Amino acid sequence: MLLSVENLCVSYDKIRALHNFSFHIDEGEIVCIIGANGAGKSTTLRAISRMVPVEAGSKLEFMDHNLLDYAADKVVSQLGISHVPEGRRIFGNMTVMENLKLATFSRKDPDQIERDLGRVFAIFPRLEERKTQKAGTMSGGEQQMLAVGRAFMSGRRIMLLDEPSMGLAPLLMQSMFDALKQINEEGTAILLVEQNARMALKFAQRGYVLETGNLVLEGDSKDLLGNPEVKKAYLGG
Amino acid sequence: MAFFLQNVVNALQAGSFYALIALGYSMVYGVLLLFNFAHGDIFMVGAYVGFFVTTGALLLVSTLGLVALPGWVVLVLVILVAMLITAFVGVAVERIGYRPLRQAPRASAAITGLMIGIILETGNLALLGATRLSFPELIQTTTYTVGGVTLTNKRIMIVGVALLLMFALHQFVQRTKWGMAMRAMAYDFGVVPLMGVPLNSIAALTFALGSGLAAAAGILFSVAYPVLNPYMGITVGWKAFVAAIIGGRGSILGAALAGFLLGFIEIFVAVIFASTYRDLIAFSIILLILIFRPHGFFGEAHTSRLRL
Repeated sequence: MLLSVENLCVSYDKIRALHNFSFHIDEGEIVCIIGANGAGKSTTLRAISRMVPVEAGSKLEFMDHNLLDYAADKVVSQLGISHVPEGRRIFGNMTVMENLKLATFSRKDPDQIERDLGRVFAIFPRLEERKTQKAGTMSGGEQQMLAVGRAFMSGRRIMLLDEPSMGLAPLLMQSMFDALKQINEEGTAILLVEQNARMALKFAQRGYVLETGNLVLEGDSKDLLGNPEVKKAYLGG
Repeated sequence: MAFFLQNVVNALQAGSFYALIALGYSMVYGVLLLFNFAHGDIFMVGAYVGFFVTTGALLLVSTLGLVALPGWVVLVLVILVAMLITAFVGVAVERIGYRPLRQAPRASAAITGLMIGIILETGNLALLGATRLSFPELIQTTTYTVGGVTLTNKRIMIVGVALLLMFALHQFVQRTKWGMAMRAMAYDFGVVPLMGVPLNSIAALTFALGSGLAAAAGILFSVAYPVLNPYMGITVGWKAFVAAIIGGRGSILGAALAGFLLGFIEIFVAVIFASTYRDLIAFSIILLILIFRPHGFFGEAHTSRLRL
């Protein structure tokens, strides 16, 4: 097991955002968490990245390391957990190349960094064309590519993706998921959080359904896709 | 014409001090959204550190009977050593005073800054007493007259060193990965840890850079006005703070230019009006600038800024 989360509880100002959420993801797997706005999906990813404090009793283990022993930057640089945050959050004041380089800040393997950079440009040729351009001047789709490319440069064991499809036209969305598939096939596990449940379940092998901070369903994607409740609540009938 | 140029030279010297100090205010604000109100006193600490390094070095040379290095070499070494030592003071201020308040309201951090400033001033007074110290003269003043304009070697050195340090800072921020991390933090603080960048190290680095520049300003100031006192950082510090604001909070170029602008306004106001009117008129002009450009010349409104 790559990542195992047990009884994850997170509160913001005494309001419970997540209540005893348990899930896991295996090496090389693609897993998705679906649910409505405010269900606790992004909070789950932020808890893994140590960007929000978790409550006592929460257990987060990554390859036999207790995640709670790591600061946010060490989760990335020492454990190889990368995170594409909600809304992309690229550094608009810096060039595409600088964005990618910054993600390697703590890495000490220059040869591998060069190879990774080559891979990112192979997966997203558009980024290579724009490498000297200020990231803030790119289109939304290109910024999303950069956000994923940047995560790829920062850590390769698992990628946490927060709504990568948001704001993308259907065609772009499809190519984004094709790119993610490639990244996964090269050995990076993917934990995907999506409001677009159909897209996410088609992409992932397994899924978890969150409702206002509680786990309500889990299972193989194809079972969830066929589940009448999921169909009614998340797939538009 | 010569009269005008003479005042330009004077303004460049005054502006050098303001610009070097303003850079520290601006960088810390840009990276941590924090006004380090102790920064003027860091300038004072830098001057004192420079004083002790210089006296120590001179003492060492005389007791050991070493061959004395030329004065300007000693001065360069003193500036570098004092910058380094003062950088550590700045890092300590951040670690002790500001880091515990990272999540606290900004007003608390501002008050902390004022308190640290008072502690540095009164601590100095308690340790060293009220006697004013006189900064040793390392280089003899040589005066040149070019087309009716009087220049001294010290003046040229002060402006030259200030410009050189600003250029070095610019290169550091634009070309190194640490500079890149500082720019990233200024743009979107919250997401930087996801790049594997340790926020606390970058915060400490920012304080170190700002404090180092303030120390350089303190020593250059002491070369021009060689009398030190524990409160010397207050007025200069506030003026440099004003320069950082009109330059645009967080903008390095803006802080440097506004530092020189402030020097020009001050000197030329004193040329036209009685010198007692200097600050009154200079700051009224700055008030007008802020009414029309509330974010300064190079600043951006930070309303769109996100935090995770």
